[in-house]
Parts: sequence; structure tokens; C-alpha cells
Amino acid sequence: MTTESAPAPGASAAEEPRPVSYREALTQAMREEMERDPDVFVIGEDVGQYEGAFKVTRGLLREFGERRVVDTPISEAGFVGLAIGAAMAGLRPVVEIMTVNFSIVAMDQIVNNAAKVRYMFGGQVACPVVIRMPGGAGHQLAAQHSHSLEAWYTHVPGLKVVAPATPLDAKGLLKSAIRDDDPVIFLESEGLYAKKGPVGGEDELVPLGRAAARRAGSDCTVVAVGRMVWIALAAAEELAKEGIECEVIDPRSLRPLDMDTPAESVKRTNRAVVVEEGWPECGVGANLAARIYEQCFDWLDAPIGRVSAADVPMPYAKNLERAALPQAADVAVAVRRALGR
Amino acid sequence: MTETDSPLSPPERPDAELMLWMFETMVLIRRFEERAAEEYMKGNIGGFLHLAIGEEAAVVGSIAALRPTDPITSTYREHGQALARGSEPGAVMAELFGRSTGVCGGLGGSMHLMDAERHFYGGYGIVGGSIPLAVGLGFAVSYREEDGVAMAMFGDGAVNQGVLAESMNMAALWELPVVFFVLNNHYGMGTAIDRASAETDLFKRAEAFGMPAEQLDGMNVMAVYRGVLEAARRAREEGQPSMIEARAYRYRGHSMSDPDTTRAGEEKERWQARDPLVTFERVLLGEGTLTAESAEAIRRRVEERIEEAARFASQSPEVPVEQLARHVYANPWSDDPTGSAVAPR
Ligand SMILES: Cc1ncc(C[n+]2csc(CCOP(=O)(O)OP(=O)(O)O)c2C)c(N)n1
Ligand SMILES: [Mg+2]
Repeated sequence: MTTESAPAPGASAAEEPRPVSYREALTQAMREEMERDPDVFVIGEDVGQYEGAFKVTRGLLREFGERRVVDTPISEAGFVGLAIGAAMAGLRPVVEIMTVNFSIVAMDQIVNNAAKVRYMFGGQVACPVVIRMPGGAGHQLAAQHSHSLEAWYTHVPGLKVVAPATPLDAKGLLKSAIRDDDPVIFLESEGLYAKKGPVGGEDELVPLGRAAARRAGSDCTVVAVGRMVWIALAAAEELAKEGIECEVIDPRSLRPLDMDTPAESVKRTNRAVVVEEGWPECGVGANLAARIYEQCFDWLDAPIGRVSAADVPMPYAKNLERAALPQAADVAVAVRRALGR
Repeated sequence: MTETDSPLSPPERPDAELMLWMFETMVLIRRFEERAAEEYMKGNIGGFLHLAIGEEAAVVGSIAALRPTDPITSTYREHGQALARGSEPGAVMAELFGRSTGVCGGLGGSMHLMDAERHFYGGYGIVGGSIPLAVGLGFAVSYREEDGVAMAMFGDGAVNQGVLAESMNMAALWELPVVFFVLNNHYGMGTAIDRASAETDLFKRAEAFGMPAEQLDGMNVMAVYRGVLEAARRAREEGQPSMIEARAYRYRGHSMSDPDTTRAGEEKERWQARDPLVTFERVLLGEGTLTAESAEAIRRRVEERIEEAARFASQSPEVPVEQLARHVYANPWSDDPTGSAVAPR
């Protein structure tokens, strides 16, 4: 696990006196945007009185009241659809789905409605909804509670998809997402909520569609998504001891996807490894690899390495779960292989 | 001997043997879960651990009213369902420990127990998701012209998933032998029922489907037994699905990781004053079905079984990592799951 606190490299961090957790960074973003815009409201299961299953909405009910912090029944299809309708009416809902796993219940609303209403109706309406949800595995929650669905959502034109890895991005990207006029799927990572780091101020937004370099290096480019950024950085530290310098790129936003940053890096390192927490088939890594091949084929000195979860539903047993999840050692193996070692 | 004549058919009026079985099973579930909580605190159990302490009468009374061959589905709060169906406490505890001797070989954990041999078709983690499976199990019974009854067990929170309405409509429309058993413990995580349901008499939802329904005291094992027995009879004999709402309370937080700070202590005490184990024991003692000595003997026996279960679990081997991809498919085309998390070794 990579939940221990380490400074977030890269990204133009405005220094804050106190490091803030990824969780609190998200709370700050919601609070500030709710103060700024009376059309912003928060809705989801246990987001009010209980302050969120992961306490991300802590304090919001007290501050903004029940009109703007809405506790829902366990009806994902219903309240996600409701939020989409409210967004069509011009409000700016921030939906919390307790975990990404339960968004599957609301998939029809997200894919058939949120992603489609602007296009299908010839641009007559906007759908400025943000759907936040934590995903990922690592807590022995077994097959139905361990999904990483980055690829599913990224597949859909009409949606925007972001996956912040640092508190600074969590806050800055959420603020951008709330102000965005399109539906944004905001993929948080359960394993990162406690992670601390600097965050930006009220007016410091992180734009959607811009990648960040987390570590500079000249031997191999490692593109890693969400929590995997920290796995990649851990691997890079190990590899540095062997004299291998990795450049770690965090796309931050999967749709729109900034390919300039990773492509520029690969053209210097001539090698690439992609790392994701989801499954390998048709995954985010497969997509990143394809895009790198398209843009960097002539620069590559080795096949692109892919690191992902094992191609199995997540097992419960701790040892099996560990084996099924990408570890820093797996990234190191892939990098060495790309370097022919 | 036909199915209906089976000696395992639950009797109209439970005899002493059945009542003692119900009592012992409730004690077994209570002690099993208390032990599971301890093992969780010691780090022997991972993931989520949802305890049904306080809900034993609803679990045992309903399952006792079915035949052992009647299929049931449940939620993640299902240790009691497995034990009431006769799964070995050791194999259930081993599953919680994630060991190869667990009921699901360590792949499922606490939320996903199953004992297909005992017609317990599993605990599921997505609220509402398991309800239509029970309708399908009932469909299969009816398709094969058998006389079984399928029971969907779910919580008051699950009632607000659209899939329940879809499931109830199909069961009623096609006259499927299904019992929709709502274990109303008055909370879905931190949300009290009156903050989640516009109509808190949940059984009334059945009326929209022309389905018989009953609300009963889920702290009273005999009341639950009688209600489910009648619902099962209707399903078996008349092909008529029913909804049963059993009102109970969970004493602990939603799961071991829930600090449970939003529920009032006074409310908890009120329910605990009607503890299903204590009240049933009192009834049995009053009738003479149980004596102080036999009650003690039951408790001792349960204690030994729990001790043995924990020992069995902790001494059981881990699941071999090479078996990671086993059971993904009936006929795997490769035992090497793609994904370099395991491939490079
Ligand atoms: C579709 C879905 N949404 C949310 C959750 C998170 N969750 C797990 S249990 C639960 C409460 C369910 O309450 P209830 O149905 O009353 O069952 P109880 O836990 O009280 O037994 C919630 C919201 C989930 N597992 N699945
Ligand atoms: Mg409940």
C-alpha cells in the first residue's frame, strides 16, 4: 500500500502552511464551490448526517443545510438520474456514489443520459453534473467491492473522466469539474484518502486534460493512473538504486487525455511502461499503449510494458488479493524488461 | 416418499425438538459473531465484517420455516443464514479468515458466503442485487414443476432499489414461488428508515403487485416462523409469492468499521430489552421445553463448537497463490491470468 505520506512531486504547488489530506482536499473543493455558486449542491447516500462513508462530506450539512446536502435512499439509478435532470435544469449537482462498484447500478443513467443529452438533442441542453466515487482494491473487499472502472467510463464519448492522485489535484480537479459544463466522472481512490500533501487556494484550479510529470528520468517513461502513480514512484525509487531513472507521468485526466506530455517524454526515454489498477483487457493501459505506439512508434526501442491487475475477479484472501494487484515490484520488472535487463 | 411428505417439512406447530434447534442455532449465531468480531480486532479477518447480532430470530425463524432444500439468497450480513442452513461453523470461520478450507475456498470472505449443497445461494454485496436471483431460483422450481420455495432475504435499505419492484412484479405476474423477506432493522448504514422510505410500513409495497404481505415482530422467533411458514405454504400450494417484513434491530454498527455514533443509546436499549435470545429462552423455560441445566448444556456445546471453529480456521492453510485464476471459468483456457501482476514470476 502507498498510503504513507510523501510530498507530491511535480504539479505547480502553491505552498500551503499545513499539508491537507486527499479527503479534506475534496471537502475543501466542495465547500468553496458551494460558497461560490448557489447552484452547486451535494447529493448521495449518507453524505449528510453520516458525513459520507469515507467522511469526504464532513461538515457540509452543518454548513449548508439539508437543501444543499441531500441524503438519499439506496437508489443509485434514481438519484444519479435525478442529478442529471437537475443539471439539465441548470443546477450543478455533485453526486457522491458511495463506491465505484455501486455506480454500475446507475450505469444506464450515466451512459445513456448524462453522456448523451447534449449531443442527441443537438446541443440544446448542458449536463454539468459531477459524479464522484472512490474505487480500487486493497482492503480485502472481494469481488463485488474492488472495481477500478476507469476504462468503462473513459470509453464513453460525452463523459469527461478524471482520476486525481494527489491532494492538490483532488482539490484543483474537483473545482474544475464542478465548473465544467459537461458531465465529469470523478474517480477517487479509497487508498489515497488519508494521503497528505499541499493543496491550492480558492482560485487555483487544475485544468482537465493536462498531465503532470511526477518524477524526471531519462531511461524509461512510466505512465501511471490514480493510486498507481504512487506504486510507480515507489518502483522508480527502487530502480534508481540500480541506476535506472524513470520518468513518471500522471495523466490526471483520462478524457480528455493529454498525450503531448507522455509522448514528449517517450521520445526522450525511448521506452514506456503503463500502469493501471484495472483489468488488462481493453483497459486504460491498453489504450495508453496504443496511443503511445501511434505517436511514438519510431522512437521506441522496446515494446511497451503493461502492468495491471490480474485478469480475475478480486479474491478475498489477503495473499491472493496481493497477488492480483499491481505492486511496485511488478512495475520494476516491466521497466527492467523494457530496458532489456 | 414425495417431497411434501419429507420428514424435513417444517411442522405447522413446532415441536420441542424444532424449538430447541431454533434456540441453539440462535445462540450459535450470536456467539459465532461475537467471536468473529474478536478475530477481526486481532486482524485475523479482513475486509468488511457485518454483524447481525440482534437479528437472530428473524434469520432463524424464517429459515426454520422452509425446507432445507428451499433455495435462499441473502446480503453480505449472512453468517447466520449459512449457520442456520447447517454450514460447518469451522468452514464459515475459515472463509472469514480467507483460508482454503472456507466455504468458498477463501475467495468470498464474510460478505460472500455460499453453501450450494445446502441450497444457500449466497451473500451478495450490492444492495438489492441478489433479489432477482431468488426470483430466478423460484422460476427454476416452477419450470421444473417442483414444489420448492425460493426466499430472497434483504434489508430495509434494499427496498428502495428499483430492482425490488421489478422482481416483485415478475414473481406476482408469473405466479412464482418466492418469499420476499425484508429484514427491517430500521437502518441502512447511517440512515434511519424514515429518512429513506416515504412509506415506512415496507410490507405495504406488496399491495401494488396484488401480493399478500405481513409485517411481524422480527425479535420473536415463533412469530417469524409462523409468518414465513404461511408464506411458503401459499407459494408451494397456490403459486403465490408473498412479502414478509420482520421488524428487528442490529445492535452493532453497520460493519466493524462503523463507529455507530448517529444512533441513540436509548433506542438501542429499548430493543435490547426485547433481546430475541433472552425472550425465547424465557418462553422455553416457562413451557418446560428447556431447563436451566439443558440451557447451560446448550451454551457449553455452542462454546465448544465456536472454539473448535476458530481453531480450525486459524490452523487451516492459506489459499495457494497459483490458484488465483481457478474458478474464473468452467473450463479455463489458460491458468495464467494475463496482467503482469502475476505473469512475470
Ligand atoms: C448498490 C449499493 N449501494 C450502496 C451500498 C453500500 N451499502 C452497503 S450496505 C448498505 C445499507 C443497506 O441497508 P439495508 O438494506 O437495510 O441492510 P442492512 O445493512 O441494514 O442489513 C449500503 C448503503 C451497496 N453495498 N450497494
Ligand atoms: Mg437495514
